Amino acid sequence: MPPFTVTVNERPYTVFVAPDTPLLWVLRDNIGLTGTKFGCGVAQCGACTVHLDGEATRSCVTPISAVGTAKVTTIEGLSPTATHRVQKAWVAEDVPQCGYCQSGQIMTAAALLAKTTDPSDAQIDEAMTNICRCGTYQRIRSAVHRAAKEA
Amino acid sequence: MERREFLQTAGTAGAGLVIGFRIPTRRDQQAAAGPFAPNAWLRIGADDSVLVIVDRSEMGQGVTTALPLLLAEELEADWTKVRIEFAPADKAYVNPLFGMQGTGGSTSVRAAWTPLRKAGAQAREMLITAAAQRWAVNRADCRAERGAVIHAKSRRRLTYGQLANRAAAVPVPPEVPLKDPKTWRIAGKPTKRLDAPVKVNGRAQFGIDVRVPGMLVAVVARSPVFGGKVQSFDATAAKAVDGVRHVVQISSGVAVVGNGYWPAKQGRDALQVVWDEGPTAQVSSDTISRLFAERAGQPGVVAKHVGDPDGALTSAAQTIEATYELPFLAHATMEPMNCTAHVRADGVDIWAPTQFQTGAQGLGAQLGGVPPEQVRVHTTYLGGGFGRRFELDFIIEALETSKAVGVPVKVIWSREDDIQHAQYRPASLHRFRAGVDAAGRPVAWTHRIVAPSIMARVFPNMVQNGLDGEAVEGGIEMAYAIPNIHVDYALTDTGIPVGFWRSVNNSFNAFAVETFIDELAAAARTDPYEYRRTLLANAPRHRGVLELAATKAGWGTPLPAGRARGIAVHKSFESFVAEVAEVSVSSAGEVRVHRVVCAVDCGMFVNPDTIEAQMQSAIVYGLTAALKGAITIDRGRVQQSNFHDYEMLRMSEMPVVEVHIVPSSDDPGGVGEPGTPPIAPAVANAIFAATGKRIRKLPIGTVA
Repeated sequence: MPPFTVTVNERPYTVFVAPDTPLLWVLRDNIGLTGTKFGCGVAQCGACTVHLDGEATRSCVTPISAVGTAKVTTIEGLSPTATHRVQKAWVAEDVPQCGYCQSGQIMTAAALLAKTTDPSDAQIDEAMTNICRCGTYQRIRSAVHRAAKEA
Repeated sequence: MERREFLQTAGTAGAGLVIGFRIPTRRDQQAAAGPFAPNAWLRIGADDSVLVIVDRSEMGQGVTTALPLLLAEELEADWTKVRIEFAPADKAYVNPLFGMQGTGGSTSVRAAWTPLRKAGAQAREMLITAAAQRWAVNRADCRAERGAVIHAKSRRRLTYGQLANRAAAVPVPPEVPLKDPKTWRIAGKPTKRLDAPVKVNGRAQFGIDVRVPGMLVAVVARSPVFGGKVQSFDATAAKAVDGVRHVVQISSGVAVVGNGYWPAKQGRDALQVVWDEGPTAQVSSDTISRLFAERAGQPGVVAKHVGDPDGALTSAAQTIEATYELPFLAHATMEPMNCTAHVRADGVDIWAPTQFQTGAQGLGAQLGGVPPEQVRVHTTYLGGGFGRRFELDFIIEALETSKAVGVPVKVIWSREDDIQHAQYRPASLHRFRAGVDAAGRPVAWTHRIVAPSIMARVFPNMVQNGLDGEAVEGGIEMAYAIPNIHVDYALTDTGIPVGFWRSVNNSFNAFAVETFIDELAAAARTDPYEYRRTLLANAPRHRGVLELAATKAGWGTPLPAGRARGIAVHKSFESFVAEVAEVSVSSAGEVRVHRVVCAVDCGMFVNPDTIEAQMQSAIVYGLTAALKGAITIDRGRVQQSNFHDYEMLRMSEMPVVEVHIVPSSDDPGGVGEPGTPPIAPAVANAIFAATGKRIRKLPIGTVA
């Protein structure tokens, strides 16, 4: 299997995997960063969302061969002390229930707020398409607004 | 924040680093070795740490906060020192409401209500005794407060950590006074979740995140038809996939074992299997519908009979009939099914997101050929449960595969596997006939429930003479004042496995009952809220939540053009919930739910913040099913496969949900499930109010 070198959370990693291996599984199985979750494998649910050069990206359909030199940021790298304003807002609003989708929700929200400083409800609806089976949407919305205010 | 860094795993930065299931932090180790362990649930360390062993599975419902609150309240603990750890499988942790160690039936707080408070109170009394001994003062002059014992007269104070060693030598008092909940200091008030911090930084460890040294990953090929068996398989193509290590037959199919999920999944997809499909290959959704209709035409087994319903129907001023149909539903937990097992000659380890530790341990013993004490069950966080993780299928697969290949194996299901190989919420058909008097009030009520039985598969001895008492729950507990009632049940097996799905049989019976009562109100030309209210004159807790929900929703006040309200009330798991849904239906028939007002009476409670979250959650769960959910069958196969064709409610469709809690001194009721049953009928009834079209079949989809 060919080597691929990827930069994840500002560290380089070299992995030997098939070129079609999704970034999700490289992160989870090869690098050992399990905060990024597998939910559907077809970019429907968003549990696998990471940042590629700051863009929210569904890593379950991103082959490792397509990552190239893009800088990958995962939930573990969003803030070294877990004090990104989105993470703080999530705790303040007590958003998580089972918590499984929340890495993806937080990464999506962080990417949204990096571009749109004070998103409207409609902009939140448009960006936050991640599925949450616990139905935490109402608190997610509040947390995104809270994080926006703390910019 | 730091204090909450419990259950964290070690740093995961190194490439290829394989970490244990749970590397305890230094603080953990101190607590684990804590000198004061007065009972199964509590460890107090010399560092003042209060470790609560949580013996229910955390699947979002908040047990990792609610159960410690019960204990900490009686302990007079400093809440900021409380951390949690999940219990091993052990007799000490049996759920007293089940007789087994398991989480379900909205029982966690109810089951813990007395034992965990007693555990905290015992420890508190022992710590007070220890302090009194140390100071050589009268015990009655000492009191416990925020993690310390205080002797006011001498202004002395010792923390629980300082007292831990001495308290360990104090005998456990058999009887201890419990606080009146009215005097609670921390429980009963909104409290932030203890597990939130690890759920926003990626560190909470779910089953799928487990990594143990030498572990391989398996993906299993299962019969596309329920009940089908492997006839033969050709592993050549699977083994040709780089990273595939083994291909082994197990009881549910063929496991392809590889270095990681991706090679195992590629191998599974390349595997050639010939299936003996068995008789269920003849079953499709239309054959099931025909079977249900046929069974609905014949008498079922009597589940409830009051008065003389036949006579009352004959003499009624008017009779009203309706038939409702509900589909199979999958749970679709966000975390797909998975389990890691290591079967060895000297013992078995199971790391699983499971709701059923006793079942997992028993299977480990059976399949591993060791005594149950040699089976260690490590419960992880669960990425959703909803009843699906009470099943053991994914645990059997991991055990069998590990046994076959001789190393630890993590079995991971794809989303397609999850949707197509579940134990579904039973499909059902309901046939009603009611008689009403000249004023439109019901004098007779007959309800035939046609549905498969979960108990027939899971606990068959609970089905007696064709009656599954669980299958009729929500259908026989009639709160409305109706003098003549007949409810019967036609147990109808379809070959499609059925299982526990959030609120279980209440999910269909409540829809049928609460839609039909609405039909009676409409036939009586009476406001559906007032109609229910009158009939609930002798059901004060039903009526209490109904009135609260209606009042808070502004029932009867004008709405924007095109919007209408619907209402429903239902008791399940010893809690009472009413919901008012505010909906509109577009000219294209698209349903939009704008607002849901929920009133809940769950008796005494531990954390109102969690109750609000659980009601919102249960409403989204039920609303998703009501609007979109259907598992359909073609030739014994599930036709849906992933979130594109088994759709979930998303943020853009989320109504505003308001939750109002009735203050109560009644015994505690369940919270995880009771919010689900009322939402489908509330929405269906609102659609009727908006359009005059009655929803008699779920899912609602678009309103033609």
